[in-house]
Amino acid sequence: MTTRIAPGVKGGIGTSVLRPDGEPKVTGNFAYASDLSSEGMLWSATLRSPHAHARLLKIDIGPAVAMDGVRAVLTQDDVPGEPLFGQEEQDQPVLCDGVARYWGEPVAVVAAEDEETARRAAAAIVVEWEPLAPFVDPDKAAEEGSTFRELKVRRGDETATGSVVVEGFYETATQDQAPLGPEAGFAIPDGEGGLDLYVTSQWIHVDHRQIIACLDMEPDQIRCHPAGIGGAFGSREDISLHIHVAMLSLATGRPVKMVYDRSESFVGHVKRHPSRMWYRHEADEDGKLVKVTARLILDGGAYAHTSRAVIANAAFFAVGPYNCDNVVVDAVAVKTNNPPAGAMRGFGAVQTCFGSEMQMDRLAEALDMDPLELRRRNALAAGDPLATSGQIIAGSLPTLAVIDTLEAMPLPDDTIEDDPRLLPGGTGLTTPVSSVVRGVGYAVNVKNLAFSEAFDDFSEARAVMTTAGVEIHTAAMEVGQGLVTVCQQIARTILGTDQVAVVWDDTSQIGSAGSTSASRQTQMTGGAVHAASVGLRDKILESFGGDELREDGVYLHDELVATIDQVCVGGPVGHHVQFRHPETFQPDENGQGDVHAGFVVSAHRAVVDVDPELGLVRVVQVDTVQDVGKALNPQAIVGQLEGGILQGVGLAVMEQLVVDEGVIRNPTFTDYLIPTFVDAPAVNTRVIEEGDHFGPFGAKGIGESPTISATPAVVAAIRAATGRDLTRVPVLPEDIIGI
Amino acid sequence: MNVTITVNGEERVVDVAGHESLLNVLRNDLDLPGTKDACEQGECGSCTVIFDGESVCSCLVMAADADGSTVTTVEGLSVDTELHPVQEAMLAEGAVQCGFCTPGFVVSGSHLLETNPHPTEPEIREALSGNICRCTGYGAILRAFETVTGEGS
Repeated sequence: MTTRIAPGVKGGIGTSVLRPDGEPKVTGNFAYASDLSSEGMLWSATLRSPHAHARLLKIDIGPAVAMDGVRAVLTQDDVPGEPLFGQEEQDQPVLCDGVARYWGEPVAVVAAEDEETARRAAAAIVVEWEPLAPFVDPDKAAEEGSTFRELKVRRGDETATGSVVVEGFYETATQDQAPLGPEAGFAIPDGEGGLDLYVTSQWIHVDHRQIIACLDMEPDQIRCHPAGIGGAFGSREDISLHIHVAMLSLATGRPVKMVYDRSESFVGHVKRHPSRMWYRHEADEDGKLVKVTARLILDGGAYAHTSRAVIANAAFFAVGPYNCDNVVVDAVAVKTNNPPAGAMRGFGAVQTCFGSEMQMDRLAEALDMDPLELRRRNALAAGDPLATSGQIIAGSLPTLAVIDTLEAMPLPDDTIEDDPRLLPGGTGLTTPVSSVVRGVGYAVNVKNLAFSEAFDDFSEARAVMTTAGVEIHTAAMEVGQGLVTVCQQIARTILGTDQVAVVWDDTSQIGSAGSTSASRQTQMTGGAVHAASVGLRDKILESFGGDELREDGVYLHDELVATIDQVCVGGPVGHHVQFRHPETFQPDENGQGDVHAGFVVSAHRAVVDVDPELGLVRVVQVDTVQDVGKALNPQAIVGQLEGGILQGVGLAVMEQLVVDEGVIRNPTFTDYLIPTFVDAPAVNTRVIEEGDHFGPFGAKGIGESPTISATPAVVAAIRAATGRDLTRVPVLPEDIIGI
Repeated sequence: MNVTITVNGEERVVDVAGHESLLNVLRNDLDLPGTKDACEQGECGSCTVIFDGESVCSCLVMAADADGSTVTTVEGLSVDTELHPVQEAMLAEGAVQCGFCTPGFVVSGSHLLETNPHPTEPEIREALSGNICRCTGYGAILRAFETVTGEGS
């Protein structure tokens, strides 16, 4: 393997080369799924349950069918194949199957000649419901065994005790990914009974598997295509409107477009699991952790989605990046009539990082020790066993380096400017400078990379040399993170040319790239592109007896021995690979084993200004040090760190879906608050480059890590400013004032 | 009813329904999907256009009220292959990730620079606080605008 970049290559690894989809995005010419249209296209709409739990007694679609311009009205009876879908467990009906189990569950779908008719027709369907009491208490669900998964971790000596003990109960609210691009799908019949489907997705092959099962079709009859995606953050890992739009297109023989509006988007995708966590940390007088005990309840809502994997992450990262020989964790994902939960950036590690980092601060206080010093004394390193599973950390894990580097970063000067835009509460002008207090807080996190627990995790890619340059074929979803650029950079570096185009294949053209989630695509699809490029290069060099590939051809001892035209004289030359990460295993009955492929660590320091009288907070600055393995695109890394941090800041101080008896009370951007430009702190970033044991050039995935400990760092800073013992996020004004 | 709107310098006549928004008409009737639809409540700024010289959320403008107006959308800001300086800077600074908010920032930002060519950092933040970005954390967007205004590196 070589990491040397051939002469003349400008856009290889380590550069902040521009993304190829940037120009169409700034000019408005990039086609998102919601922008697609065609002649003869129908619009569609969805009727949803107005109850969190109710029996469907009778449905009359007659009034909708009778409306002018309505072309199809479909219910669960019209599902041609498997009635249930689901990524891990098939437990969710395509449309309501007689019982609505969450508020907003799809009941019927309509296709019509225009958008308004479709909406009015959906509203005209008459449904007789028998409302049932919604089951929404996660503690009761845990007690009664209404669960998706219960996971037990037992490591070391359960009877071990430490002389310094802190206990706490913590909660995190339901967070929404709120990607700017709504759920959107476009289905086009192929005239032979099948169709082409363009849907916002994070993983088209796993969509495809579920869609063909429910439609009772052969794999080649349905082709799922990558579509332009406006952000994801986990919200598109599960099926939303995919099967509905496909059914309507098959029923009408017409192209059908389906787009959710914002309120529908809030009910149309899974959320971050709300959590309830009890912790006890025991340490010796020197601050060494002796035992951590935790009980974790995550509410998965009505259907399974990825709850089984989310609760595993919560459990395995329940202690954070620290050594501890004795661990007792009982974790459960419960089933209720609350909104279904699933993937969101951080995937279970966010919740337990909040609980465990709050505990570490309490422990530091009990020990009268600097909170960073406590973390340093317990820092997990490569070669150590993960506190929960006991897995020896292979690859790099520079926990100490991220802590030390973070501490050395400069703090802002402590002048608080008398500009209402820079004060807590903003231009409401309610906070005078004199009442502002400043606080500083720290937090550290560890998370797994790629899929765990014996999942056969792979990505396929094909590198093809043509006379016009290199094509990289993949079905990996670019959701905005910049995978497209990284794939180009890797191929350029190995194949010696800047002329690299990424070609997004559909499900009939290439195998799965796996999900754009779990921080995995840089390592997995990047790894596949790396392997495909190396294979292609070696094949070409061997054919022509060369020792180097450059943009114009094959070289031997710096002499051109074959041009690219000569290389491609028999047509394009390709190399196809399936890339896998190191094998992982199911945990045993005590949660022990080599469960994960790799790990990533980062640390955050937050500086906040607080008006303790009014309970207002302004997050002034967040500094971070991120373990990246190898920085493939420094600018894109900064973008991931800044963006991820702001989602963590959002959970810390403003973001929560208000769910009352299963009903979402704030499904709009007016009421679900997302940080704006004036809420965003200044962010300073540093990276640590210690190559990992798999993936291209030692790079790690960093999509999730920045979100995870940003939240507890901000809360620690608010606590430092106010002295309030804060145990729930988001921290609201009443928590600070102490009402 | 028919309304006449000058869009990106071209006079267009379009038959609109009484309840339709300008956003709907731009996207669905005038084939200008660059203006994005993300909340339809005037909260996110993805649908920002210049409407008779003002930066507005086109989801909040009734199409019928747009009769006789002049509208500039993101598609009208780049001339042939030449990008607007805001577009150029957002591209160069990595201010584009998923890009769904980008047209709104480009339009709001171009209007900001017309009305205040040398904004301070708090002025940039305040002027663009009606545009939500979920990907970038705003850092790269701030650097892009500081570059355009000569404040940045």
